[in-house]
Amino acid sequence: MIKYVNVSKVYDNGSKALENVNINIEKGEFVFIVGSSGAGKSTLMKLLLKEIEPTEGKIFLNKVDITKVKNRKIPYIRRNLGVVFQDFRLLPDKTVYENVAFAMEIVGASAREIRRQVPMVLGMVGLSDKAHNYPNQLSGGEHQRVAIARAIVNNPSVLIADEPTGNLDPDTAWEIMKLIKEINRRGTTVVMATHAKEIVNSMKRRVIALEAGRVVRDEQKGVYYHED
Amino acid sequence: MSIASIGSVGATLTILGMVLILILNINTAANTTQKQFDEIQVYLKDELTDEEIEKLGYAISDCKGVSSVIFQSKEQALEIMKDQWGEQAYLLEGLEENPLPNSYIVQLQDIEYADSVVNQIKGLKGIEEIKYYKDIVDKLMSVANLVRLGGLVIIGILVFISIFIISNTVKITVAARKREIGIMKYVGATNGYIRGPFMVEGVVLGLVGTGIAILITFYGYKYIVNALSERLYVLFTVYMIPPQVMINDVAIIFIAIGVGIGLLGSIISLKRFLNV
Repeated sequence: MIKYVNVSKVYDNGSKALENVNINIEKGEFVFIVGSSGAGKSTLMKLLLKEIEPTEGKIFLNKVDITKVKNRKIPYIRRNLGVVFQDFRLLPDKTVYENVAFAMEIVGASAREIRRQVPMVLGMVGLSDKAHNYPNQLSGGEHQRVAIARAIVNNPSVLIADEPTGNLDPDTAWEIMKLIKEINRRGTTVVMATHAKEIVNSMKRRVIALEAGRVVRDEQKGVYYHED
Repeated sequence: MSIASIGSVGATLTILGMVLILILNINTAANTTQKQFDEIQVYLKDELTDEEIEKLGYAISDCKGVSSVIFQSKEQALEIMKDQWGEQAYLLEGLEENPLPNSYIVQLQDIEYADSVVNQIKGLKGIEEIKYYKDIVDKLMSVANLVRLGGLVIIGILVFISIFIISNTVKITVAARKREIGIMKYVGATNGYIRGPFMVEGVVLGLVGTGIAILITFYGYKYIVNALSERLYVLFTVYMIPPQVMINDVAIIFIAIGVGIGLLGSIISLKRFLNV
């Protein structure tokens, strides 16, 4: 479903972010990308979102080589990908409901679809009673729930989460992880970059470890790092 | 900043309007004079017989570029002169002999033929003098061309400045909504979808400026025409295009340019932000 083939990325300033990376992620998988800051996690995600182009190599999404996709078509690639960020990125002047509905409006969904789908997704993330609150009336965990609702409202095949629990306290982080796990259980492929050692270790999912732009470890039911 | 944008579009279009009105008026004046002067008057020698005069008339009408030839006798010429002199016509009563020559009034197909026709007629016998006004018309046309060229340059510069100011104004709105644009891009919004509202903003700014410019131009021009007629420069104002006629054309041009400036300005300002 997602395939990085011999991908390298050198930024314009000369820093090597990724070197000859090969990753193959199957449909429905749950994958943690771990590694210290600057190891290349964000670059990996940005490449998938086509925010940046690889210096070398190919990236496939649903069997399409997205490195060859024209700029004009990027929005249609992104519609297959739901994205969640560490800093939530909600629109402060829109209510919870509007923040989620907005994602559907953008892809041209009908008003009827929006009225049906948004409450359903808000119910799933447990925010039905806060639909008409504004982001500044929400807690951090609730922010991230809205962001997740927005990411999945268009039924993307992949959920990309870039340190989704980075700004949350441990209990809230676990709530969010439960939610992401549930989304994965319903068939969405999840790729999550994280620093959260406990979460990775107790979830027992596939772990891809990056170090200085190289894949140093890729194992099923892995852990954050091995104590040598 | 919105006020600056509206102001710049308004000012640009108002100046455009002034130049345009000037050009249009000079064009009309040039065309009118051209029509009046696209004739050549050929004075004939007095000693010619009627037969020779008639022959000469045929010869002239055979010249290339001549559309018609009208004979004006000495007597007709004097009558016309009396008419033109009006109250002073009594001065002509005292003349013992009609000093005016017989002449042919040659209508040209186009003023461009003036020189060649004059040269052809010069070669004929029995011609006293040839009078024509090509020089005046040429001068008028070259002034008109100069004004046209100068106007276009000034307008070009002003349009450029307006686009710049509008693009800066929209850029401020875009910057304020940078976050929103970023989120829209991640969710998969097309550039067209994102551009829409900003383009509307640019066009609205352009249109408001256009409206102001149309009002200023219309009332300003009307005021000038009225003021000139009141001070009895009627001779001058009859050559001017009436404001009501003028404003329709000007408004269409203004709206097209105003909308164009607004659109271009907003597209330029968005270009940088859309590359997420």
